[in-house]
Amino acid sequence: MKKYILKRLFQLIPLLIGMTFISFIIIQLSPGDYFTQLKMNPEISSETIEKMRKIFGLDKPIIVQYFYWLKNIFTFNLGESFSYHVPVSYLIKIRLKNTVSLSIFSLFLTWIIAIPLGIYGGVKEGRWIEKFLSFIAYIGISIPSFFLAMLIIFFISKTAILPLGGTTSIFYEGASYLEKFIDYLKHLLVPGIVLTLTGIGSLYRLMKNNFLEALNSPYVFTTYAKGIPTYKIYFKHALRNAINPMITIFGYELSGILSGAGLVEIITGWPGMGRLILEGVLSQDLYLVMASLLIGGILLILGNLFSDVLLALTDPRVRLK
Amino acid sequence: MKIVLKRLKKRNKISYISFCIIIFLYSVAFFADFIAPYPYNKQFREYPLCPPTRIHFFDHNKNFHLRPFVYEIKLVNPALNQYEVIKNKIYPVYFFVKGEKRKILGIFTSERYLFGTKQGKIFLFGTDIHGRDIFSRILYGARISLSIGVIGVSISFVLGFLIGGISGYFGGKIDNLLMRLVEIFMMFPSFYLMLALRAVFPLNLSSFQIYILIVVILSLIGWAGLARIIRGMVLSIKEEEYVLAAKALGLSTFKIIFRHIIPNTSSYTITAITLSIPGYILGESALSLLGLGIQEPYPSWGNMLSVSVGNLRILSTAPWMLIPGFFIFLTIICFNFLGDGLRDVLDPKNW
Repeated sequence: MKKYILKRLFQLIPLLIGMTFISFIIIQLSPGDYFTQLKMNPEISSETIEKMRKIFGLDKPIIVQYFYWLKNIFTFNLGESFSYHVPVSYLIKIRLKNTVSLSIFSLFLTWIIAIPLGIYGGVKEGRWIEKFLSFIAYIGISIPSFFLAMLIIFFISKTAILPLGGTTSIFYEGASYLEKFIDYLKHLLVPGIVLTLTGIGSLYRLMKNNFLEALNSPYVFTTYAKGIPTYKIYFKHALRNAINPMITIFGYELSGILSGAGLVEIITGWPGMGRLILEGVLSQDLYLVMASLLIGGILLILGNLFSDVLLALTDPRVRLK
Repeated sequence: MKIVLKRLKKRNKISYISFCIIIFLYSVAFFADFIAPYPYNKQFREYPLCPPTRIHFFDHNKNFHLRPFVYEIKLVNPALNQYEVIKNKIYPVYFFVKGEKRKILGIFTSERYLFGTKQGKIFLFGTDIHGRDIFSRILYGARISLSIGVIGVSISFVLGFLIGGISGYFGGKIDNLLMRLVEIFMMFPSFYLMLALRAVFPLNLSSFQIYILIVVILSLIGWAGLARIIRGMVLSIKEEEYVLAAKALGLSTFKIIFRHIIPNTSSYTITAITLSIPGYILGESALSLLGLGIQEPYPSWGNMLSVSVGNLRILSTAPWMLIPGFFIFLTIICFNFLGDGLRDVLDPKNW
């Protein structure tokens, strides 16, 4: 098992290098550099800028610059934000917490709802209830997350049952830890529900199909023939085989959740990475954009690694290969 | 093509209906100049955030009118955008009504439009904050939102075929290198990559430049997944005997890939094209929604929604501003239904 994880980690190295390189190329493509904006500031003399340019290695060839940048990244020096005048790593640290909690929250909800529904749909295949669920799943897959977010915001603006925007209420200061936690959860609920509702559909369909396939396989017929009780067939035999492909899906799901979260965060006013990268784009804050892109990619890699390890744990065939 | 449609109609009603809706939406977008009662940039300053106009057959005295009509509306409270219906002013709705001169498809001019009133205003879906007719803007916006999907998909597919085909056919080092590149692209969350690529270019470009830019960005994001799938298919097809025969006949590699291998992926390709168009439509809407895509006064379904983002007052008083979102949803669900139906119909196992 240790060997397998090490092997996977080793395989990630070229991927990470490629990702940093592409991020870097994108910065290079854009007009101007780190100092173009500083130049506009009359308080900073051109000599100072030249000096700083040397320190950051911007007068060297592009490949050398890349290694400068890479060295900085490994020391968590992601550059400075032009618009906020603080290190980018500081901004990301705050926002990353919110994005990760939103993603995990909705991922958890999605799975806890979609998997049982998928099993139920597989059992009831062909009945009206399954057809109804599949139709709802179609709507869930097709509705744009931003549109669903706006519909939910519209609904809340009429009923005011949940707080909108931000992570905390006004009374946040001075509240007890439990109250703080509940308040945070309440704010998390709107973006969380949107992401969950848009995620359930595809997961439900996959689970249903996997479960159906398992139910129609010869070993399940054997168990029927042996007279094993139905619930045992479902949960002990069919489910175990149907759930393995889902774990591989987990990595992809994470990609969808992260991308979806970016947009939903912006619409619902949840201060996460998505909002940060948009602010970066709007103020042409390139280092902020690049760092967010890189961190987003790293989150995805970690998610994939996690699902690989999980798969190896549940399926001995994978780790023995 | 005809056979496929026939089979679709017989086997899968809902995807056939979806197909018809898609055709309808595209033709409406094509004839937007003629169908829209007003130009997309015409501002009626005295009617901001006006609710959808009701079309009546019975007037307030319960008299039946054969020709449908609309009432005169008046803004009574500008602060709250409250409108009042004036019951004694009746404007009948005519087909092929005369209006301002407008260019149709950029070629010929016309004064007559599909429907409208001679006096008074008809806003089927209400107006936005500048008093522009949302119905007309949706029609014009459809041109951008619907065309970007098709163009983006075509570019991605060319890239995907080229890279996936080469990678799968040659294998070895080239395959390894290209697939690592694909993996790197797929490892970025697509929304982040989209914004980052947008950041490379200046924010204020001409609308044509932005249109091209969006297509390029979306294709750059979309090609990787396709290339990977096509590579897998090429890998399995290249072992087939007819490929071997083509090789034995001395056909060039290029011809083998593009004349023999790729056409054999076509049934899969058609399905994949249909199912990936929604991604492009969503991408465009998302960019325009965030103010990074199509810019005012040009409408796209995405940027028509952008006013309502984070503006609770507009969202709660003027829910008709969300109608463009329904059209995005409708288009996407139709493409999804059609794609699933096509997968069924084109699969030789189901014949």
